[in-house]
Amino acid sequence: MNALLLGAVAYDPKVVTIWEGFRRWLGGRGFEFDFVLYSGYERQVEDLLAGRVDVAWNSPLAWVRARRLAAAAGVEVRAVAMRDTDRDLTTAVVVRSDAPLTSPADLRGRTVAVGAADSPQATLLPLSLLRSAGLEPGSDVKVRRHDVGVGLHGDHIGGEREAAIALRDGLADAACVTDANLLLFGREGTLVPGSTRVLAQTAPYDHCVMAAGPGADRASAERFAELLLGMSYADPEARPLLDLEGLTRWLPGRTSGYAALEAAVDESGFYDREGGVRAGDRRP
Amino acid sequence: MPVTVDLETLGLDTGGHLLVQRALAGLRPGGRLRVRGSHPQLALHLGAWCRARGHRVELAGDAPLIVKGAADELRWAGAERAGLPGQVSGRADPRWGLAARGALVEAGGPPLDVAWAERDLVWAEVAPRLYARAAAAQWDPATAVDWSAAGDLPDDVEDAVVQVMTYLVENEHAALIVPARMLANLHPHFREVMQLLAAQVADEARHVEVFTRRALLRRDAPGVSGAGGRASLRTLLDETDFTLASFLLSVLGEGSFVDLLKFLDRHAPDPVTAAVTRLAARDEARHVAFGVAHTAHVVRADPAFLSRLRTAVERRHEALRDTAGLNREVSDSLVVLAAGSWEPAAIRRGWDAVRRLRSEMDEGRRRRLAHIGFPDDEAAELSALHTRNFM
Ligand SMILES: [Fe+2]
Ligand SMILES: [Fe+2]
Repeated sequence: MNALLLGAVAYDPKVVTIWEGFRRWLGGRGFEFDFVLYSGYERQVEDLLAGRVDVAWNSPLAWVRARRLAAAAGVEVRAVAMRDTDRDLTTAVVVRSDAPLTSPADLRGRTVAVGAADSPQATLLPLSLLRSAGLEPGSDVKVRRHDVGVGLHGDHIGGEREAAIALRDGLADAACVTDANLLLFGREGTLVPGSTRVLAQTAPYDHCVMAAGPGADRASAERFAELLLGMSYADPEARPLLDLEGLTRWLPGRTSGYAALEAAVDESGFYDREGGVRAGDRRP
Repeated sequence: MPVTVDLETLGLDTGGHLLVQRALAGLRPGGRLRVRGSHPQLALHLGAWCRARGHRVELAGDAPLIVKGAADELRWAGAERAGLPGQVSGRADPRWGLAARGALVEAGGPPLDVAWAERDLVWAEVAPRLYARAAAAQWDPATAVDWSAAGDLPDDVEDAVVQVMTYLVENEHAALIVPARMLANLHPHFREVMQLLAAQVADEARHVEVFTRRALLRRDAPGVSGAGGRASLRTLLDETDFTLASFLLSVLGEGSFVDLLKFLDRHAPDPVTAAVTRLAARDEARHVAFGVAHTAHVVRADPAFLSRLRTAVERRHEALRDTAGLNREVSDSLVVLAAGSWEPAAIRRGWDAVRRLRSEMDEGRRRRLAHIGFPDDEAAELSALHTRNFM
């Protein structure tokens, strides 16, 4: 079996600690593993397809692009594992409690604060939700974007926090925030509890996924997934890594939770059908 | 039927998770908890909260239903208690780290890197009582001494006081650093020894303060510091073994130091000098008590340790063979203070008093060495090898 090479995006310095820890943990089980870090997801996906890395720790949007690129090239990418925390997220469109708004349609002519241009959870999915309510972002509603950490596909919390602050401070009429961050912003006081109300929320969707690329040795990728799935929260060596990476256990990868994002990508033209990059300015 | 918890209007963004957690604590993994409440974001918050903690949440019914995950149980699956709360373990596990004695310690995390983790290498049965006594006997240098009571002494008497104080301060520096080092390398499971050493360090800090303050009460600068005295103290710092350090510092050094402090109290030419030496002597007696009890404890567990104690004394004696010992300025000052005047007959009395002090120190050392387990002849021999610098 060959050593497996993983690509991951360094959205935070802790990513180094995490994957060094995984390398040590996997090495302790006789599995040869190494990683390379990317400054953003686009190059990681391109390298996955080109076989320069075997597996990629992909954002949902990176998964969508990888799938499209693979389909266009007639090769395969497979979802091999995901965190328990990657399943069934939802994003809320939040307004101030005292606003005279009762349905998404009431946002016509108003301003909606979103996260970074490439954030699936704080921009693409909620804007798609507005479209399905008959509001075209940019023309029917004004979109106030918060481009923190572009290239990181919304992994950086800053865009969402700025969107929440824009809502709080009256610079926007609504803000798009994930359920977890809405709870966090309430608890930390960024949004005073009780000061906001949920106007609408997306259907459940899935987040990150470990994708095996066309260059990966199949047995090696399967062994990797098997080892991840066997990581126990009871293992004192594994637990700090799981805590850092934000999960209590690994689950098999599933691809049923990305349909809404595929649609959102098509609607916005973020990528074309073949995974080509189309939409606007992506400079970090 | 699932268990139910009612949050009423409370949200998970204002502490509601505490009620949920409390209800979940009574369930096994797979157990179900119905969460009622009227907070408008209850379901949304629960979804996020449960996901992060490895619980599943079902929103189909009339109120959210949590299916408890296993993460909490798994986190504590390999946990062990850091010994028993009411009992000192024979060996403290480095993996207990800084945990309280008897605490339930989550597995994992870095082990504590300390050298002294075995009870019989650091313990004395009297440690808890000595600590309690030390805590009760702490005094405030600002109020325990009447600093205005010094009065004016003749210049040469004041000089003698300043010189002795200067000498005391450098001894206190060593007496502070040695237990601080022992403390830094001690497993905190041996809490009472740790606390006692910490109190000892604090005692020495006060001694440094009061002796410094007395030295500078009437003078702009302290006296002299001889190379021989500093060499003698330096050998105390070089001892890295817990018990040998305690033995050399407390049993032999501080034991002799107590006699010196009592001597100074007796012959003090002014009330401030008397007060500071009396207060310090009281603390020192406790330091000596631990050193003696601890060394005796080690010897009881391992009688062969006597030969290591003996070697430590001999090694120190060898190291100091070519040094002067107590510097002349200090020994002369002690005579002047004991004399109380420059009359030849008084100087003679002072001289005799210092000679008696040396023999009292020797008797004390022999008594303590015998208590630890040395035969009388060996105790006398070792006492004679003790540094001429007193500490
Ligand atoms: Fe002292
Ligand atoms: Fe002392």
